Amino acid sequence: MAEFRLPVNSRINKNGKVHVAPVGSKNVRSFRIYRFDPNSGETPRIDTYNIDMDACGPMVLDALIKIKNEIDPSLSFRRSCREGICGSCAMNIDGTNTLACTKACADVKAEVRIYPLPHMAVIKDLVPDLTQFYAQYASVKPWLQSSTTPPPDRERLQSPEDQAKIDGPSACILCACCSTSCPSYWWNGDRYLGPAALLAAYRWIVDSRDEAIVERLNDLKDPFKLYRCHTIMNCTEACPKDLNPAKAIAEIKKMMVESQH
Amino acid sequence: MSLRNLLDKVFGTASVKNGVSHWLLQRLSAVALVPLTLWFLQWIFRIGSFDYHNVRSEITVGFNYVWLVLLLMTLAYHSALGVQVVIEDYLHAKAVKKLSLFICSFVHIIVAVAGICAVMNIVLTSELL
Repeated sequence: MAEFRLPVNSRINKNGKVHVAPVGSKNVRSFRIYRFDPNSGETPRIDTYNIDMDACGPMVLDALIKIKNEIDPSLSFRRSCREGICGSCAMNIDGTNTLACTKACADVKAEVRIYPLPHMAVIKDLVPDLTQFYAQYASVKPWLQSSTTPPPDRERLQSPEDQAKIDGPSACILCACCSTSCPSYWWNGDRYLGPAALLAAYRWIVDSRDEAIVERLNDLKDPFKLYRCHTIMNCTEACPKDLNPAKAIAEIKKMMVESQH
Repeated sequence: MSLRNLLDKVFGTASVKNGVSHWLLQRLSAVALVPLTLWFLQWIFRIGSFDYHNVRSEITVGFNYVWLVLLLMTLAYHSALGVQVVIEDYLHAKAVKKLSLFICSFVHIIVAVAGICAVMNIVLTSELL
């Protein structure tokens, strides 16, 4: 039946620690960060870190790395490229899913609140369990499928116009900002594929070299896999790469109708 | 506790190959409701007196009852499709969900049939007035 209370591990306890800024700091900012360690047996808490911004890089990721290096090595988060191309440091900053490496601290007013991606199981602190998210991506078969053999002397050619159709969707870095911002994905994430996987599906459906369009559309023809999208548009709003998963899903829905009539 | 791999839910669920007509009919019925609702509003404002006999006779005038039946059918159908989505979205316990979907269909059918019968009753008995 419907659940009216948050599960135990979704309730924040009041034992958050406060780390003060070094004496003499002139440009202090507060970072309020979600902390959860499943092994501690405690519910999550919010720790406050006061940082001297004069001794810190401009991005939220710079602050996180500074905290981990200098203040609290127990803080866990994913990061890799620090330039918005790997998608590792996706988290909820100031109420919005985005990449910590491309979000400037200066763009956040007052204290910087940092949470893991919403409605995902938390492994530790800012690290969500993305196993199912990746499985959903894999389930749309994100690779070229064709029954014909390519020309022996060259690649399968594609016109610039056809390439332009997949330029956008190909730029997806699978950071999961879109899927985890989608209320429909929150409530039915086990059966709804979510905007990221559907954007990937669209990328292969419109690829001029792919020859499995019918199978791809058929695999999405499902009240849950595709049609849980209620055009809420949070996905497009959240995408740190300025892609438009909502439009891709709308295009898939149009193709569905065209394939029937 | 079950040690079953949760990924089974993603890879082990085949597409049921429907959902397209539900999506399409929800939109078509929404479009159809635009002129029907406009007609209904102008009819309500034009009717003047809401006296029992006046409303009865207004229903039988011209093609008003045809519009009314069309509105009832489209409204009930559109509502049934919409409430179905709400149930599917928010109810996760299987038995409760199935039962709710069942009740949803039945209530909408009953409302539509009762409404249409009422209109037809008025139309067919109007000459007795």
